[in-house]
Amino acid sequence: MEKDKPWALLSEEGVKQAFLEKLADIMEPHFQIITSREFLQNPLLHGPKIQAMFVWSCCPAAEHLLLNLLPSLKVVANGGAGIDHLDVPFITSRGVKVTNTPGVVSDATADIAMGLLLASARRIVEGHQIAVDAKTTYLAQNLMGVDVTGSTLGIIGMGQIGYKIAKRSRGFDMKILYHNRNRRSIEDEQAVEATFCESLGDLLRRADFVMLAVNLTPNTTGLIGHRELSLMKPTATLVNISRGLLVDQDALVKALQSGMIRAAALDVTHPEPLPRDHPLLGLPNVLITPHVGMNTCATVRGIVQKMVENALAAVNGLPIPNEVKFE
Amino acid sequence: MEEEKPWALVSEVGGENGYLEELADIPKQHFQIICYREFLQNPVLHGPKIQALLIWKYCPAAEPSLLRLLPSLKVVASAGVGIDHLDVPFINSLGVKVANTPRVVSNATADFAMGLLLASARKILEGHHIAVDPKTTHIPQSLMGVEVTGSTLGIIGMGEIGYKIAQRSRGFEMKILYHNRTRRSTEDEQAVGAIYCESLDYLLRRSDFVMIAVKLTSDTTGLIGHRELSLMKPTATLVNISRGQVVDQNALVKALQLATIRAAALDVTHPEPLPRDHPLLSLPNVLITPHIGISTYNTASRMVEKMVENALAGVKGLPIPNEVKLK
Repeated sequence: MEKDKPWALLSEEGVKQAFLEKLADIMEPHFQIITSREFLQNPLLHGPKIQAMFVWSCCPAAEHLLLNLLPSLKVVANGGAGIDHLDVPFITSRGVKVTNTPGVVSDATADIAMGLLLASARRIVEGHQIAVDAKTTYLAQNLMGVDVTGSTLGIIGMGQIGYKIAKRSRGFDMKILYHNRNRRSIEDEQAVEATFCESLGDLLRRADFVMLAVNLTPNTTGLIGHRELSLMKPTATLVNISRGLLVDQDALVKALQSGMIRAAALDVTHPEPLPRDHPLLGLPNVLITPHVGMNTCATVRGIVQKMVENALAAVNGLPIPNEVKFE
Repeated sequence: MEEEKPWALVSEVGGENGYLEELADIPKQHFQIICYREFLQNPVLHGPKIQALLIWKYCPAAEPSLLRLLPSLKVVASAGVGIDHLDVPFINSLGVKVANTPRVVSNATADFAMGLLLASARKILEGHHIAVDPKTTHIPQSLMGVEVTGSTLGIIGMGEIGYKIAQRSRGFEMKILYHNRTRRSTEDEQAVGAIYCESLDYLLRRSDFVMIAVKLTSDTTGLIGHRELSLMKPTATLVNISRGQVVDQNALVKALQLATIRAAALDVTHPEPLPRDHPLLSLPNVLITPHIGISTYNTASRMVEKMVENALAGVKGLPIPNEVKLK
């Protein structure tokens, strides 16, 4: 019955109204939805009803002040795999579970990684701009890109997404190097013909394309800085589909300006979006997309389905498919 | 010795349709090169010396008016695989052989085809525009693309390039349908999981991405017209990396305006470039690149090397590696 459905909090900043309407059919059979705006009109009235919080694009922020208003909260269910914006130890210390949606995002993210790699390597965006430019009278000869077939791809972070990127790049006869906290099994490596690089420096020196596919943690913040960029080939391309903070952006700007590396393709920056006067926006050898890694209708629906599944399990005290535990 | 090198006519070095300086060195190793402009200053003097015509980006045009001025011509060597710009029977009737450069273009073109497919599917161009727009203040929630992983790719023309596109799309778990004049061997089909479609209509109805990879001939001119576009799914994307004339462009404009199909990604148009007031240039769901399918230094160099190799063989009366023979 309608009254028996648990209440869940959802933010308008994270989810525009139109978007929310499209996904209502997935959420509404299981939850009564209240938006942040409605909640804040009377937090003392609404707060105690809320058992679940759906977090999308980091909103609502699951912080101290908000959690204090939600005494019945059982779960913070995140949409997406990355949870660097959530203070997991803090949230779980209050007896609230945290969940994410790994797996379901991986294909779309791996696809965008390959799309960015190819678009950068073959200068597709610049090509379009020339093709449609009002002043174009002939097709110039000098829009040369770099070869993808047979090149070396260095994947930093060989989790589910990194591995799917490796699978996709095999079709292009790319040589695959990877660097990861843990080495993958021999079978996994052989299936994609990937070579483990214990040394990140080794990977950086050899790769034509450096692909960042790691989680953002205190250990990986600023992983790619001046030193790492200086180890890369001047013909190499950096592709980032993880988190902006993995890269020292100031060092990246200098590396791109000086020709230390050939180009960068970034689906993620810090912050998002960048300030409008940020040097990255004006560099000719940078391709930036506004964090669209998961942006297909099918993937978004899959994410919302997983969020709802996770939240329902938590609310009902059942085993949770994608619980994030603090180690 | 310098004097013994045979003479070859080229378009120009640098300039609108000319060779890049770096590439021009390749023919200069084996030929004495004369540019079209210089040739025209005294065709009666220069013409009889010329034994090879080296064609880059359709220039110089191997038309009767030019060929008439080259009584010693032995070979027309074109860079690239397409020969729709050459009247092969006519040229052969003058006792002149024709050569192209198949195979060496295939990887770069197949890579580019995948790049266009992914860029269109995941709205990389629009994403970049939003990301760098001075007016952007938020990450957009509604920039949704279509799923590539697990979708159906219909390849029209399963020659070397079409087949390499199939190989690349396997890594994305795409289902592959193909339509070709002749069916490929069972081994070939199984290696990429491609299903033969005797009926083009069948392929058009079922594909999420329709990839045109045919040669331009009298049979394939206007192959994709109003009827074919209307058979496609409204969610489908047309990708063309062969020749503009394979597609009825007026029909394509209507189909895109009416959302008969979702989008188009075109490395080739007719003419190239399009007139600046052409409707294709302003449609939001069109990605156009300026015929850069082969544009990497390595590929361009290898093409010119092959062209020169073919031309030398022709001049020496030896078997030409890539002679174009009409059946």
